[in-house]
Amino acid sequence: MMAKLLGAAAVVLLLGASAYGAFFVAPNELTMGIVQRIFYLHAPCGMVALSAFLVCFVGNLGYLFKREPKWDWLAVSAAEVGLAFCTVVLITGPIWAKPAWGVYWAWDARLTSTLVLWLLYLSYLILRTMVDDPDRRALISSFYGVFIFLDVPLVYGSIWWWRTQHPQPVVFTSGGLNPEMRKIFYLSWLSLTALMALLIRQRYELEATRAEAQILAREAEAV
Amino acid sequence: MKNLGSVMVAYMIGWGVFFIYFVTVARRTAELRKDVERLKQSLTRGK
Repeated sequence: MMAKLLGAAAVVLLLGASAYGAFFVAPNELTMGIVQRIFYLHAPCGMVALSAFLVCFVGNLGYLFKREPKWDWLAVSAAEVGLAFCTVVLITGPIWAKPAWGVYWAWDARLTSTLVLWLLYLSYLILRTMVDDPDRRALISSFYGVFIFLDVPLVYGSIWWWRTQHPQPVVFTSGGLNPEMRKIFYLSWLSLTALMALLIRQRYELEATRAEAQILAREAEAV
Repeated sequence: MKNLGSVMVAYMIGWGVFFIYFVTVARRTAELRKDVERLKQSLTRGK
C-alpha cells in the first residue's frame, strides 16, 4: 500500500514538474506563440497511447500463446489506458489546430489514422462486453487485438511516409526542436509514461479482483 | 498572451480525462473488493 502511494506521489510530482516546465520554463515558439505549449501534452500523449497499444498487443500475443488470464487482463488494461491517452490526443489536437491552421480538423493521413485507431480500440472494448464466457472473450479479443494493432505503425509512420497537414517529425530529428523545448518534452514524456504505468497497474488490479469475485461467486453458488 | 485560453482548456481537459479515469477505476476496484470480502465471509459462514 505504501509503495503504491509513493508511486502515485512520484507520478503527481513528475506531472507537476512537466506542467511547470511547459508553462514557465519552455521558450515561446516564434511562429505559433503560446499555443505551441499544447505540444508538451499533445505529442507525448500520442507516443504514450501508441506505447499502451503496444503493451496491449504483447498481452494479446501472450494470451494466444500461453492461454493464461493474466495476459488478457494486461491487454484489456493497456487498451483502456491507451484509449484514454488517445482521447486526450484527439481533443488537444483540434484545440491547437484551430489557432495554428485555422481549422479544427483536416482529413490527412496522421489525423485520420489516429481517429481510426481510437475507433478500433473502442470497438475492441465494446467487443469484450458482448461475450460472457471469460475464456472465449479473451480468445476472440486477443485475435482482434493482434489484428487492430496493424494501425499503430500506420499512425506512427504516416508523417514520414506521406505529406500531411500535421507537422513532420521534430523530436527525433536533428535541429527540429530548441534544446530547452526538447528537455521539457522529454520530461513530459517521462511523466506521462509513468502515469500510463500507474493507470495500467490500477486497471490490472481491477481485472484481477473481478476474476477473484467471479470465482468466489461460483463457489458461493455451489455451496 | 494570445491563445492562452486554448492552452489552459487543452491542459484542463487532458488532466481531467486522466483524473476521472483514475477515480472511476479506483472506485470500481473498491466496490469489487467489498464484494470479494462479502463473498469470503458468506463462504466462511456456510462452511
